[in-house]
Amino acid sequence: MSSSVEIRSAPHIKSPRSVEMIMRNVVFSLLPVCAFFVYQYGISAAASILVVTAACLLTERLFVRLGRQSGDLSDYSATITGVLLGLTLPPGFPLWMGFVAGFTAIALGKALFGGIGFNVFNPALVGRAFVQAAFPAAIATYTPSFLPGRFTEFIPSSLAWPLMAPADTAAWLKGMQIDAWTGATPLAKWKFEGTLTDAGDLLTSLAGHMAVGPSPALILLCGAYLALRRFMDWRIPAAILGSAGLTAWLIYAIGGTKYPDPFFMLFSGGLILGAVYMATDMATSPVTPRGMWLYGSLIGVLTVMIRYYGGLPEGVMYAILLANAATPLIEQITQPTPFGKGASIRAGRSATYTLHPDYISREEAAAKMSKKRFFKNKPKKP
Amino acid sequence: MKDLSQAKNFDEFMEGIWRQNPVFVMVLGMCPALAVTVSAVNALAMGFATTFVLVCSCLLVSLMRKLVPKEVRIATYIVIIATFVTVVDYVIQAVSLELYEALGAFIQLIVVNCIILGRAEAHASKHPPATAMLNALGMGIGFTIGLFALGGVREILGAGKLFGVSLFGANFQPWVVMVLPPGGFFVLGAWLLLFAAIRRKKGIPPAESKGCHVA
Repeated sequence: MSSSVEIRSAPHIKSPRSVEMIMRNVVFSLLPVCAFFVYQYGISAAASILVVTAACLLTERLFVRLGRQSGDLSDYSATITGVLLGLTLPPGFPLWMGFVAGFTAIALGKALFGGIGFNVFNPALVGRAFVQAAFPAAIATYTPSFLPGRFTEFIPSSLAWPLMAPADTAAWLKGMQIDAWTGATPLAKWKFEGTLTDAGDLLTSLAGHMAVGPSPALILLCGAYLALRRFMDWRIPAAILGSAGLTAWLIYAIGGTKYPDPFFMLFSGGLILGAVYMATDMATSPVTPRGMWLYGSLIGVLTVMIRYYGGLPEGVMYAILLANAATPLIEQITQPTPFGKGASIRAGRSATYTLHPDYISREEAAAKMSKKRFFKNKPKKP
Repeated sequence: MKDLSQAKNFDEFMEGIWRQNPVFVMVLGMCPALAVTVSAVNALAMGFATTFVLVCSCLLVSLMRKLVPKEVRIATYIVIIATFVTVVDYVIQAVSLELYEALGAFIQLIVVNCIILGRAEAHASKHPPATAMLNALGMGIGFTIGLFALGGVREILGAGKLFGVSLFGANFQPWVVMVLPPGGFFVLGAWLLLFAAIRRKKGIPPAESKGCHVA
């Protein structure tokens, strides 16, 4: 990525940390989650994750070459996007739609903004938002987990021909003769039928044939590993889960039985996966500590509001995308006070600089440099 | 001499189709380009209606270019354009009520389409009628091609059809987003990206749009 000789000013802290290393560890921490997902849904889930990841990697390669952008497959960032996107899609999602999702995620969510580190929105969620808008029926079709023949047989909707509508899974499921299966995720059941699933069952994802993603307990465990090794800031998931739980609890306390209990809100849908792996994407979340709390709270409150009062049962994706859009503003208003300035003077008002120098992006630095060159060259012209 | 003028005429004609294409190069007239290009038929109808208004008003503006005082020229152009838009409005309503309802207010809004006002001000008011008409025709065809490029892709992906003819059979999975407003932005963005890539490959610097940024 960079040249072999680097000249820098002090302090000279030698750290083995690099983008590649952090991203590689995130991929490792995702492997147990993927394994559990495959254990739940069988070869369809495995194929889905593989196809989406392959689409992401191919697209990344294409755009890095075409656009002469920095970064490449070796930095693992496209792998993370692919795996996360695969985990958010239903296991029986048609593979060709998964390919479209992966392509859109990298092309629209990452490459168009300038590649790694420049994306405004989480690429995986951009891909998911696109297929949610393009194929709303397919993305709402879930199949139950732990089906008997899941390791030998594909879910029929997975193998739809490209551009063709997927096969109907309802008829296929009838042949399975599974009791107590209504064909909806716990959130959709609550929203449209008014039945609640036990929060403890949701936490482990192990009970019965529920249509749920990987176990929230496992995701929290893998997230804890990342947070302990400082590959991820614990503040963002803490703020999201705290604010979502608090908002849900407040509404539950005031509104009563009309609303579900806060634990159901926390463990259902993609909230845990979103809080731990999506919202913490380094390029799209704030770098200031206070900003992280604000950003996380925004996501938590928005998620609960969309789930309660929106048309769709799930709201994590849109909440995170909206908060991503607000990130630059959050960073502006939560600048830390520079050392020596005193607690009474706010950094924003200080005369020396409005932004902490560490936060000045490469873009601005490059703009300043080119200006200098421009003035140097100008007098030479006749 | 004759060859030279022929080449110049051809150049005037081709300006709007390729070098200064209103949709892909100048990025003008985005309102109809994004709003009515849900299907290829709508796109072509809108393109032809705009071309008719463009050619007729440029002809009239060019004929009157020495009669109109400079101070009231914009008002004059608008009246001329509005006249032809009214003609088109009634014609479409008479020919196909279905199409008229599909295009909606965007037929009347051709009045404020800045391709037309831009051509009247920047070209027709400075050139003789034949040249002005040729240039306007090229621009109109270029606009129609642009709209068709958007409408065709959106209809193929959004409904699996082109001009209402099914392409992939009954089992096609429509991309719902393509017939919604975001689809217009996605497809337009993809086309602009393609043309920008072609331009960069040929070493042509990014084009600057000339004219007003209104509609």
